[in-house]
Amino acid sequence: MENHETQISKPKSRLIFLSTDHKTIGILYGFTGLLFLLLGFSIMMLMRWQLAFPGQPIPFIGSWFGQDRAPGGIMLPEFYNQLGAMHGTIMVFLGVVPIVVGAFGNYLVPLQIGAPDMAFPKLNLMSYWLYVLGGLCALSSFFMPGGAAQSGWTSYPPLADIATTGQTFWLIAIIFLALSSMLNSINIITTIVQLRAKGMTFMRLPFFVWAQFITGFLLLLAFPALEAASVLQLMDRLAGTSFFLPSGLVVSGQPLSVSGGGSPLLWQHLFWFLAHPEVYVLILPAMGIVAEILANNTRKPLWGYRSMVYATIFLGFMSFIVWAHHMFLTGMGTIISGFFQATTMIISIPSVVILLALLISLWGGSIRFTTPMLFALAFLPMFGIGGLTGLPLGLTISDIPLHDTYYVIGHFHYIVAPGTVFAIFGGIYYWFPKLTGRKMNDVLGRIHFAGSLVFMNGVFFPMFILGLAGVSRRLWDGGAQYQFAQHVLHWHEFMSISAWLLAVFQIPFIVNLFWSIRKGKKVRENYWDATTLEWAASSPPPHGNFFPLPEVYRSPYEYSVPGYAEDFLPQNQFFGEGLKIKEKG
Amino acid sequence: MQMNIPYSIETRPDTGLHNAKLGIWLFLASEVMLFGALFSSYALLRVGAESWPRGADILNVPLGAVNTIILIVSSITMVRSWTSLLKKDFKKFRLLLSTTELLGVLFLVIKFTEYRMKFEHGLYPSGSTFLAIYFTMTGLHALHLLGGIVVNAYHLILGKRQWNLNPEKFTHRIEATGLYWHFVDLIWIILFPLLYLT
Repeated sequence: MENHETQISKPKSRLIFLSTDHKTIGILYGFTGLLFLLLGFSIMMLMRWQLAFPGQPIPFIGSWFGQDRAPGGIMLPEFYNQLGAMHGTIMVFLGVVPIVVGAFGNYLVPLQIGAPDMAFPKLNLMSYWLYVLGGLCALSSFFMPGGAAQSGWTSYPPLADIATTGQTFWLIAIIFLALSSMLNSINIITTIVQLRAKGMTFMRLPFFVWAQFITGFLLLLAFPALEAASVLQLMDRLAGTSFFLPSGLVVSGQPLSVSGGGSPLLWQHLFWFLAHPEVYVLILPAMGIVAEILANNTRKPLWGYRSMVYATIFLGFMSFIVWAHHMFLTGMGTIISGFFQATTMIISIPSVVILLALLISLWGGSIRFTTPMLFALAFLPMFGIGGLTGLPLGLTISDIPLHDTYYVIGHFHYIVAPGTVFAIFGGIYYWFPKLTGRKMNDVLGRIHFAGSLVFMNGVFFPMFILGLAGVSRRLWDGGAQYQFAQHVLHWHEFMSISAWLLAVFQIPFIVNLFWSIRKGKKVRENYWDATTLEWAASSPPPHGNFFPLPEVYRSPYEYSVPGYAEDFLPQNQFFGEGLKIKEKG
Repeated sequence: MQMNIPYSIETRPDTGLHNAKLGIWLFLASEVMLFGALFSSYALLRVGAESWPRGADILNVPLGAVNTIILIVSSITMVRSWTSLLKKDFKKFRLLLSTTELLGVLFLVIKFTEYRMKFEHGLYPSGSTFLAIYFTMTGLHALHLLGGIVVNAYHLILGKRQWNLNPEKFTHRIEATGLYWHFVDLIWIILFPLLYLT
């Protein structure tokens, strides 16, 4: 074990953007991801103006977008489509995934398993820069002739095949992001398998690490499908092939001069082969964050840790064989639909196991209502709503009327926005003392929480009403042209105002974040009296994290152990003969 | 002072792996999914096509066969270069890796000759679904091989210094590169019958 010894060392480069330290890269990922999250949110707020007041000029900033996007401040349908496609792309690929995997995973996994760094620090830096390149590529498409990608975040051909240049940049961005997430997931999996501290068995890993482990496999094995699909679509667009163009396609009254013989369905299969596991990439790390916060703030072990771990593994496997439930309307045939309905119903079981285990963990706990705990508690019912509203979409009979309506948007936004984003907020409040040695302000935190909870629901709940009324999700005017939609359209205004107020309530968070870095109250290293290893390092942990590397003696959540003086027993704490404690795990 | 990452050289007893070995296998798993997606696309497009040409009527089977042999031989020299490192024979290693490198370049030269012949006959990716999938898959394979050639060139140029500095680490690197090389070889062994012979 001589190589376990680490010398106190300085990172090779003093430049923060070239550091190979997993914590620096994690923070870079975090800030970049939060910027993209803000950008995606701003795009959505613009769209919400158009939906609430279709055809009216955008106030104050309408003139910023130029005559070819918004003449006289009135948004053109093409521009609305660009914003829609880019909102989805930015939020999923550039915002949430880089934050939950790149930032939280990078920062916390080595700390929680007692490792000095990631297994491949240089690859780690490379994956960050590939992500930035992908992000710049996606953003630069706004300035292409014809504007950004506008075929939805799903980029379905044949439409996407014949779209303007922005789509090419979208595809190149996706290839960069695929490479970035491949390197990142190789790094995270190798780190977890190889660099666990002495005594850190798999069943002693914090649940967050398990969630990252399975997420790593999902990214590693699912993203190549979209990478392949992007290569094929690039060939279609640049080399004139017809992978996704069927024979006899007519565009604007003109037959397309291509060889034909392609299949638009092929893109959908390849796309959803990535994009369904991607849904679990969005949610699993969030569940991991919530599990950490819950265990710490209930002061008792997680209920059913093992069943949660097995459920996560099962969920990971199943997520590869449910993708076609996004395609019930394509006429795949009833046998294939039947298969995917069955797998979709089965995959809801492990999600329910995890959610219930988290819920039962509250039972009998002495709950501390700290700011991160509020977000974690809100996560449970919000994710519950998102999950339950998903079930009707997994069955063909109810999916056919609901498909592509606002109901679908409501469903997945409940999972990602008050679900994953709340977990991200909770995680930031929870681990901020570890990153800086200071805590974030609780008053501002509570204002942020209350406003976000109310207005998140204000934005997303009416979507179910609109969706059940049959309003399609992709309409530039929000459905104003349809007679049947008139009685629900007033909800658009309500949702838009909620969205803008939601933005107002993010201001306390942004102020709090930057103010607390310098001026926050100084706190001790294990501020939350937590048991996992990251709290054994100093705050912020130095390059190399632990001196010497810790040893692990027990399972991750030994809170309120009977007969022990403190109500928490850290994983790395050695206990003497005198203490009679039964070792678990 | 560089920080030591545990198990970057020595094997972790309970997993039986060093980091790079696990890393390269995970990378290859990802690559299997990439090419797997393309092979699946091939199957789906072919099943859905009204007619599908016989590969031998369009492509040059003798050249493809020669290329197959070249890649298989290069795999043998690649693995032999690694075993000569295990026997601490750096000179033999350099000879064998140079041979591997030459064979790789030869493969690419033949491949591009084939492409040029196709272009001269007016056969472009846009011509038919068969040609599209042929150019895409062999092109992506050639890119992978090019990547392997670049990495091996790096090992040839800077290898001596690294071998002197840390022979064990260098041997691990050659092993990982070799695994990748065999994988690229294997993809060709599937591509050749699929595109040329059926």
